[in-house]
Amino acid sequence: MMNESVNFIMVGRKKRLRRFILVTSFLAVIAFALCCAMLMLGNTIYPVSDVIGVLLGQEVKGASFAVGIIRFPRMVAGVFAGFAFGVAGTVFQTMLRNPLANPNVIGITAGSSAAAVFCIIVLQASNTIISIASVVGGLATVLIIFLLSKGTSFSIGRLILIGIGIQAMLNAVISYLLLIGQQHDIPTAMRWLSGSLNGAKMESLYPLIITVLIFAPVIFALGKRLDLLELGEQAATSLGIHTDKTRLALIISSVLIIALATATTGPIAFVAFLSGPIAKRLVGVGFSSLIPAGLIGIILVLASDLIGQFAFVARYPVGVITGILGAPYLIYLLIRMNRKGDL
Amino acid sequence: MNNTSVSENKQLLIPRNFIKVLILSIVLLGICILASLAFGSRTVGWNELMNGLFHPDVQSHGANVVRQRIARTVFSIMCGAALGVSGALMQSVTRNPIADPSILGVNTGAALFVVCGISFLNIGTASQYILLALAGAIITAIFVFGIGSMGSGGATPLKLVLAGAATSAALSSLVMAIMIPRSNVMDQFRFWQVGSVGSGNWDSISTFIPFLIVGILIALFTAPALNALALGDEVATGLGVRTGTLRLVAAFGGVLLCGVTTALAGPIGFIGLLATHIMRLVIGPDLRYIIPMSALSGAIILTISDVFGRILGSPGELEVGVVTAFIGAPILILITMKAKMRAL
Repeated sequence: MMNESVNFIMVGRKKRLRRFILVTSFLAVIAFALCCAMLMLGNTIYPVSDVIGVLLGQEVKGASFAVGIIRFPRMVAGVFAGFAFGVAGTVFQTMLRNPLANPNVIGITAGSSAAAVFCIIVLQASNTIISIASVVGGLATVLIIFLLSKGTSFSIGRLILIGIGIQAMLNAVISYLLLIGQQHDIPTAMRWLSGSLNGAKMESLYPLIITVLIFAPVIFALGKRLDLLELGEQAATSLGIHTDKTRLALIISSVLIIALATATTGPIAFVAFLSGPIAKRLVGVGFSSLIPAGLIGIILVLASDLIGQFAFVARYPVGVITGILGAPYLIYLLIRMNRKGDL
Repeated sequence: MNNTSVSENKQLLIPRNFIKVLILSIVLLGICILASLAFGSRTVGWNELMNGLFHPDVQSHGANVVRQRIARTVFSIMCGAALGVSGALMQSVTRNPIADPSILGVNTGAALFVVCGISFLNIGTASQYILLALAGAIITAIFVFGIGSMGSGGATPLKLVLAGAATSAALSSLVMAIMIPRSNVMDQFRFWQVGSVGSGNWDSISTFIPFLIVGILIALFTAPALNALALGDEVATGLGVRTGTLRLVAAFGGVLLCGVTTALAGPIGFIGLLATHIMRLVIGPDLRYIIPMSALSGAIILTISDVFGRILGSPGELEVGVVTAFIGAPILILITMKAKMRAL
């Protein structure tokens, strides 16, 4: 009898593991295909052999510049930013136990954006300073929002409302800065309102790449505990987790990677918000959906960028496409949550 | 006999502080008007101020500056009054303490329609702006209320705010999508996007007046019924109020006022929130008094914010939309922190 039920659980676990591996590898294949498409497609379409040649460092006429200098950094920026948005968004959604709690809604990206726009327009600062400022801005905003919403008892509703209030102030700052800005600074700064991979340069990508490579593994290592945190404060404590320390480590790592991603590409709307729920639905329960969420982030960013580049007469930055794709889902989610009375 | 006691009762029903608050507000508004006329990139002295106002034959530079500022001041008073009344109406229709046009995404809806108008229909005149912005505001408001009031519990603040934020996000992506290929529209739009009363002139004032009068009349006529609505739908129905019609009319008045203001001055946030809440704190919840007083306090707040913007941004100016966001958002946060969680 005992044996049978253990068997039953084992079978279920194996089934879920198989599904997890299948889904993850499937997503990885799609992401890889999109990476290849990013490198090959453009005004001139280069064959695979040329692209591989360029990546191996050979000199291919024409392709060396188009693929090596323009398309490759663009692809890398999309991959790392998408990954960062996907993973960090999922961390926030899981930790706060609410799919609506994503960096856009609670004002982190607005903080990063405001700091970055300030550096661009007022200080005319270099890229490094802009990155640092946007990280500091993002962290400071999170800190302020969490402190204000702590009050007598923490609640996600309060957090969201306060986040929206702070966001309103930061957006006022951004609008004002855009207004006083010089005409030639405006396009650079506009990127901070919608998110774009345009003009990504390899040397300005290193901070993002290094931060993601360091902190994403930290988040993955804490993934198991994150899932336990979702069970609730008391359950997690009784399972032997330092809830405060875990939460702090997760928040700092997520905010760091998301702020740097924002610093590099601007706030690409809704990627952080969409990746988690899609990943959860695909993977099912039982396994941490962080890695699939990161892959979905990559897929969303790269696919939207390809759509923005080639689907219309005008070229749209990636943030506009993800915004148009993501907003209806957000509204659908709200309607569903309202119907169920989850809010 | 009976009649006198009723009228005595009515006397008693006037909020205790009402007369004091009314006098204080009028004095404050007077000071704000003078400040608005006097301050700016060129500060004008008392003598010149008086010359500009009352001696049309004096032609000094300062007097002319004052005359230039009259239209702007009148315009900001009207915008403030409209936004204050609109806030009071929206809050009582939704029975929700934080209903404000900027939070409900109405501004973005108006913005989308205006941008469409600029880029596809080549609009340019004030009345065309108004019609489009109004249409956008009304459609967005209906949409946001619709989503926010689904499910049990009706339109709670949290649901409304989230519905507003989501709709705003969706609409602003569309605005970006329309704007990005057209750099001339972008240039026109970024000045509209920050609310400012600096564009106020006698033309826009005369376009504004009929809408303002209609809106305020609606507000004053619906006020007694809205008082009943504050007790709950059942009680209001029991008192003989047609709640559906009332909501529709009052909400129309609110959206009309904020839509027209947004069209003429651009999105100015949080005035409705601030004006109504201050008045509710001082004179209590009776809407028959709150509505006119919100108009007054809205006018004061907007005018003083505009003066601050001009002083802080000197020699240029800090647009009033930025100033009100900075004063208003902390108030929103305070309301949130004070509110009991169940009420959210």
